[in-house]
Amino acid sequence: MRDVNVLMVGVGGYGVILASDGMAEIGMVNGCDVKKTDSLGMAQRGGSVVSHVRWGQKVYSPMIKKGEADFLLAFEEIEAARWASYLSPKGAAIVADSVVIPVSSVKGDIPYPKWDAIKVILSQYSDKIYLVPAARIAREANNPRAVNMAMLGYLSAFLDLPAEAWTDTMRRRLPEKFMKSSIDAFLKARTEAEAAIRAKGA
Amino acid sequence: MKQLLSGNEAMALGAYHAGIAVATAYPGTPSTEILENIARMDGVYAEWAINEKVALEVGMGASYAGVRTLVSMKHVGLNVAADPFFAASTTGVIGGLVVISCDDPGEHSSQGEQDNRHFARFAKVPMIEPTDSQEAYDMMALAFDISEKFDTPVLFRSTTRISHTKAVVDVTRERKAAANKAAFKRWTEKFVMVPSNARVRRVAMEERIAKLQEYVEQFPFNEMIMGDRKLGVISNGVAYQYAREVFKDASHLKLTTLYPLPVNLIKKFAAQVEKLIVVEEIDPYIENEVRQLGIAVEGKKFIPMIGELNPEIVENGAVKTGILKAPASTATKAPPPSLPARRPQLCAGCPHVATEYTLRKLGVRTQGSGVPVSKNDIIVTSDIGCYTLGVYPPLAALDTCACMGASIGQALGLEKAGVSNKVVAVIGDSTFMHSGITGLIDVVYNQGTTTVIILDNNTTAMTGHQGHPGTGISARGEKATAVDIEALVRGMGIADVNVVNSFNLKSIETTIKKCVANPAPSVIIVRGTCPLATKKKGKPLAVDADVCSGCMDCMKIGCPAITIADNLAMIDAEACGGCGVCTQVCPNEAISEAQR
Repeated sequence: MRDVNVLMVGVGGYGVILASDGMAEIGMVNGCDVKKTDSLGMAQRGGSVVSHVRWGQKVYSPMIKKGEADFLLAFEEIEAARWASYLSPKGAAIVADSVVIPVSSVKGDIPYPKWDAIKVILSQYSDKIYLVPAARIAREANNPRAVNMAMLGYLSAFLDLPAEAWTDTMRRRLPEKFMKSSIDAFLKARTEAEAAIRAKGA
Repeated sequence: MKQLLSGNEAMALGAYHAGIAVATAYPGTPSTEILENIARMDGVYAEWAINEKVALEVGMGASYAGVRTLVSMKHVGLNVAADPFFAASTTGVIGGLVVISCDDPGEHSSQGEQDNRHFARFAKVPMIEPTDSQEAYDMMALAFDISEKFDTPVLFRSTTRISHTKAVVDVTRERKAAANKAAFKRWTEKFVMVPSNARVRRVAMEERIAKLQEYVEQFPFNEMIMGDRKLGVISNGVAYQYAREVFKDASHLKLTTLYPLPVNLIKKFAAQVEKLIVVEEIDPYIENEVRQLGIAVEGKKFIPMIGELNPEIVENGAVKTGILKAPASTATKAPPPSLPARRPQLCAGCPHVATEYTLRKLGVRTQGSGVPVSKNDIIVTSDIGCYTLGVYPPLAALDTCACMGASIGQALGLEKAGVSNKVVAVIGDSTFMHSGITGLIDVVYNQGTTTVIILDNNTTAMTGHQGHPGTGISARGEKATAVDIEALVRGMGIADVNVVNSFNLKSIETTIKKCVANPAPSVIIVRGTCPLATKKKGKPLAVDADVCSGCMDCMKIGCPAITIADNLAMIDAEACGGCGVCTQVCPNEAISEAQR
């Protein structure tokens, strides 16, 4: 399997860490060397959350170098823009169409940018940009909290492993109550991603 | 068997397999998960100590009893535990005693940055430091062996990036049942440090370091990886990983015994390379030692001394000084636009908000740096915990935050210096237990008049909800005797003790006003549980758009559940915990329980 660097970014409480933990484990189970690290700062208190996940033959640094992320998996729109410089020129930005307005924007000090402006920022680093209706997919799977599983599903379509390589680990790890809806969200998103990739001819 | 383990999980498992019988700690990022993991393991006594000093003293006692013991803390925790750390170095051990210090380069969640490698040399305690989770697991076994073989505590250093990185670990060992049964053997020359005994131990300490000097030369995890001999790179900890990634073709010397350093190995490596550099986080610790050997070396000339490293910082430094060629892709990009920041903030339903809002309203009115406080302002000394986030606007209600427990002593100092303003110290329940108690006794004894507000949310919230002596819950989640804070402060001699509900603005305000007017010292215990800890939520509130005037008064409490839509306040029902503080702040009575 080829080396993969994924930078997962978002806001505390939206399942970024769970998704990156899951991806790291799936890499290990499928024979990769793996490192994954989080930058949480003062963690759960509404700050930005960043996870670096690296799969490879031999992984040294837990942190991905700027300009070397094969995928920027953003669970929130401005977080995608904030971390855009990590994208490799050949990399892809996969962004959930979700907006969490920070307190500094609520009072209007710095306005929250529109998606078109965020797209302009991202396109300086890569022309492969995918906006994912992750919340809709999760809702359709009857689990509004499965946004992270939808994001993983979307990402998985770009990687070499078959769907079962992911869902097998999910089946072992997820609590019974959320298993079916989580896997549904994962597979729905994977299908949508495959369609999007075909459409772009990428 | 292969497992994906964080550095903290690997250290915990390594210690478990090394047969520890006792583990103690005080929570602190990035070290907290070590004890949390051990507390879930069978056959080990695990405790949250009241603070790091006591944690290490408990560790000393357990070691004297002959059992293997692990004590863990964050970097600044070792400042608190410095006294027993030096004492343990003097007496030595019976059962292996390993002290983990998790440093926080970059201050991800700390009030200061410090390089605890200096502590090892200072206290004459051997120190080892892993470069990944595998070594964290493997080297822990050796750390206990070193401790017992050389009659010394061992400092096991980690950093945020080692502690909080998950990596593949080949778990090769099993639990060595707590090898030794606890039994104390009387030995006054070793355990009773009166000067006549301590002088003898002092000699033993130096002899020990001389023996360790030989030992570290053969330490299996110090490693030379010879590549292109034009450049030799010495590194340690996670910096080793960055060095391997950035200087792909160079020769490398990985150091895992940081005190004492393997001097002969360093000389041998240096002799085989043309140019020698050191890549290390924070201070030029290795660099200075190497230079003292008379070897030409560069390090901090191109690697920053401040903050956490990462691969591009190392690469940029190397490019700037010509050690590396600039990477090919130098496409210029427009500077990143200013994006709205996400500062950490108090949560929706946080029991600290109402008190901080009231302090801002009553007393912290003059704002700005270097601006004299106006006559009627209250000075608010603060402490370490979630409530420190009240320094940020809109609450902006704090004047100081330094180290654990400092709020109370600082308040007394301001008062005794002759400042005419009233001073209020704000401290959380866990921090009060940790090191606020001594400060408050000092206030009583020295006839201070300070008001101390203890924000009692019944947990250690900032580090992820650990128990403390006031909670009545042990590290294993079992019932324990809860220390009664009211009785405790009364026993110290505080007569004016008040308990108020953390969500009742009016009673908080009247109590603060009453207490600061009191010429005797007073304590206000503001009580309300942390909603993240209890996982309980009240009914969400909603804004009546027909009544809301758009005055934005509710924005002054800084609640993340309140936003603005079309110039009116709006409450996110998913986020709202129904604490009702905004209801009390709204001048128009526009906020009430949501109609479902």
